[in-house]
Amino acid sequence: MLDLEKYILRIADSALIISHRLSEWCSKGPTLEEDIALSNISLDLLGQANSLLEYCASINGKISADDLAFKRNKKEFYNFQICELENGHFGDTIIRQFLFDSYTLLFFQKLSESKDETLSAIATKSIKEIKYHLRHSSNWVIRLGDGTSLSKEKIQNSLNNIWKFTGEFFEMDELDKKMVKNNIGVDVYQLKNEWNNIINATFERAKIQRPDDSVMITGSKKGVHTELLEKILSEMQYLPRAYPDAKW
Amino acid sequence: MQNGKINKIWSILGSVPDPEIPVISVVELGVIRDVELIENQYVISVTPTYSGCPAVKTFQDDIKTQLKVNDIHNFKIDIVYKPAWTTDWMTKETKEKLKKYGISPPGKTVQCPQCDSKNIELISEFGATACKSMHKCVECLEPFEHFKCI
Repeated sequence: MLDLEKYILRIADSALIISHRLSEWCSKGPTLEEDIALSNISLDLLGQANSLLEYCASINGKISADDLAFKRNKKEFYNFQICELENGHFGDTIIRQFLFDSYTLLFFQKLSESKDETLSAIATKSIKEIKYHLRHSSNWVIRLGDGTSLSKEKIQNSLNNIWKFTGEFFEMDELDKKMVKNNIGVDVYQLKNEWNNIINATFERAKIQRPDDSVMITGSKKGVHTELLEKILSEMQYLPRAYPDAKW
Repeated sequence: MQNGKINKIWSILGSVPDPEIPVISVVELGVIRDVELIENQYVISVTPTYSGCPAVKTFQDDIKTQLKVNDIHNFKIDIVYKPAWTTDWMTKETKEKLKKYGISPPGKTVQCPQCDSKNIELISEFGATACKSMHKCVECLEPFEHFKCI
């Protein structure tokens, strides 16, 4: 697999897996409006993942986007582990989405300057969608944080529990550095300050505390995941694996 | 001759409705970016509205069907991402059609499509399709959908 293919998969997989998680809310949302909102966001992210997987497949030439989504094993997925975490209650999902949206917005803004024209185009398109997602998730963080004492306690706990999964956003390995050097990839070290500004401002308005950076979870760039990813894949990949000739 | 055929393809595309908002065509929606003849094949460049919009696949199938019905077989559909689709590409006439259909068209302000009041409330930022949000008119009390401006 070429470096570029692997780099694209890292971006695509995060969108694909968090999209799958959000789709699990469909028909279970706390209100009809939120059910629709989470399903819509899921669909946008699935579309972004599809564009990226199609591009990856076109570079490879031998496999399809569906093969990439449905025929890889756990260790061949490179999504951030935050994306595979269980939905929990609505506040857990909102915090996960807020941290992801705020990061991916900055990431795609930089990726839109990539020398790779397709990556740049997909990023430019995705930015419009992610801005809307971020508006939704940050408004909810503020409403729940600055809400009742119960909603505040719940969302603060959600944030405390998930915080250790945000370290992966700002990791770079040799592949990332190579992509940056070739003006294709994003130097994520440079996103940290702005990300801090965005999330700190929202936490302030929500009147919740940013947790301290202690031990951060790592490993997704090497295909290391929580056991939760296996459960997602067994459901997501069931049909094409059980019925390899199925068409849809 | 070739130009005639390209014009014919444009007019066929103009008869393919948006699967979710059938009062406007895919051309009016702004998703058809170009029709060109390249090496004896008509290449239709299509751009998606939202990345995950399920209508994108549907209208591609509808385009294929309509072209084949009209005896045009040497074509292919290319997906282009740049420039990203924007509601700015909609003409005034298209926006008027949306309004008549009961959807508040994209624009600087959201207005009730029934009574034109600007005194409106947001019900939900997300609607039945990726491209719409839901509102309520405070004057005439009618709920309505708004085509989001992107």
